[in-house]
Amino acid sequence: MIEARGLTKRYGETTAVDDLSFAAEPGVVTGFLGPNGAGKSTTMRMILGLDRPTSGSVTVSGKRYHELRHPLRTVGALIDARWVHPNRSARSHLRWMAKSNDIPQRRVDEVLETVGLTSVANKKAGGFSLGMSQRLGIAGALLGDPEILMFDEPVNGLDPEGILWIRRFMHRLADEGRTVFVSSHLLSEMALTAQDLVVIGKGELIAQCSTADFVSRATEDAVKVRSPQLAEFRPVLADAGASVRGEDGAVLVSGLDSDAIGDLAARHQVVLHELSPQQGSLEQAFMQITGDSVEYASDFDDRAPATTELAGTAS
Amino acid sequence: MTLLAVERIKLFTTRSPWWGTLIALAIAIGFAALTTATADEGFVSVGSTQFGQFFALTVVMVLAALAITTEYRFGTIRTTFQAIPNRVSALLAKTTVVSSLALAIGLLAAFGALGISALIAPDANLALTSAADWRQVAGNGLVYALAAVLALAVGILLRHSAAAIAILLIYTAVIESLTPIIPEIGSTIHEWMPFNVVEKFLSGDGGTRAVAEAGPPLSTSTLSPWLALAYFAAIAFGMLAVALVVAHRRDA
Repeated sequence: MIEARGLTKRYGETTAVDDLSFAAEPGVVTGFLGPNGAGKSTTMRMILGLDRPTSGSVTVSGKRYHELRHPLRTVGALIDARWVHPNRSARSHLRWMAKSNDIPQRRVDEVLETVGLTSVANKKAGGFSLGMSQRLGIAGALLGDPEILMFDEPVNGLDPEGILWIRRFMHRLADEGRTVFVSSHLLSEMALTAQDLVVIGKGELIAQCSTADFVSRATEDAVKVRSPQLAEFRPVLADAGASVRGEDGAVLVSGLDSDAIGDLAARHQVVLHELSPQQGSLEQAFMQITGDSVEYASDFDDRAPATTELAGTAS
Repeated sequence: MTLLAVERIKLFTTRSPWWGTLIALAIAIGFAALTTATADEGFVSVGSTQFGQFFALTVVMVLAALAITTEYRFGTIRTTFQAIPNRVSALLAKTTVVSSLALAIGLLAAFGALGISALIAPDANLALTSAADWRQVAGNGLVYALAAVLALAVGILLRHSAAAIAILLIYTAVIESLTPIIPEIGSTIHEWMPFNVVEKFLSGDGGTRAVAEAGPPLSTSTLSPWLALAYFAAIAFGMLAVALVVAHRRDA
């Protein structure tokens, strides 16, 4: 369980995290979602006591981080896979971590086995690929068999196999009853990984809900209708309270589901060539909700909604 | 004790401390071998065997600074603070381990230098007969340990290897030796500069030397040898205290 209350971090004039309150529950993967620069890493560093909040507080298992006697046994975190000394072997890296929290040395070999690094355990971490470094970071997080695990953008830069491995791994950890808190700027990734979402933009909380809720709340469901008699059908739909967008042969109808539209068409003897419900894409949902809170928007981004609408209807 | 073990593992599982140790010993002992082998008769003395200590000490200070700046460079300091949220304890443990290594290097360097000189010039009088002789040789252990504390403090404050090493080298090699050039007040300031003062502890008034030139310039400090060491220690620990407060307050 991670609980943040009114968490705020300012650097001079800039507010990186603004009055953020959320909770991550045990037994599920909670996605921490936001565009780059939204304050995700800063928040994670504050959870770990590395950065000091300007105001507010955050607790792990009911305690502030620095109150934990052996913190690695409560919270395991992978914030940056490159946080290892390049000349130190993977085993030595884990050995000192284990020693610092009175974790038995055999745990080192266990976690190396778990992440599949046994064969390179005595090799220098500096020679590891990103995927291997990521695994070493995860081994470090698992070392103290903690009830809370945090991962910052764990799939960044990984190949598909690595991504799949991490995704399954996180589900397994959550199934074991642990709190799994994982950040990402990719909603599509979170949709596959997380059951719950904490969404932030520009340091502020945008939503905390289940992933399914987030998507359905954000995307308006529309139905694509193709008909040679659209000219007659259009006013019928409008009378029934639906809004109709698009021209020439195919329109998008929102406000009515496909059953209702089909019934209306039958009653008014309108021929339909297509009647297909459209699911809004996750990216669309994300853009819609966080649209205003992207910190570094470019002109290109401003033009983006026009094109994503088309892309969204096609999906 | 656990924290000391942690820092010991960290220090000795990378290569740079081993290299630093070897280089420091090679400089101190090699310098002694060179000066003793090439010296005129009547030059070799307990004092002359320790000619190269200052250069070896500089290497050890670089080693000490790197012990902390590489943690910032590679981000392992964050893993450290994550494992040990009490930053002051973690950094004190590192200081203890690194300065203990420096103490050992200082003793090895000093007695190694004395030993190799005794081998090369068996007829020279290199017996440690006075308190001044002992300070000149064994005293290096204490000086190395305290200089390591000072270098660590600089490393904690600056966090960047290049910056910390540059400051340490420029200060010890240039600033202290050029200060006396400043008109009127220069020599008074120099009298209180830490590396000048600590030389007083090591070589005193030059009593360990057969000739005055058989070593670095003698200290201009007016303190007694042990007060000189205490002064140097106060500066090293004072800077460490400042560094710990800063590290405790700032974001890691």
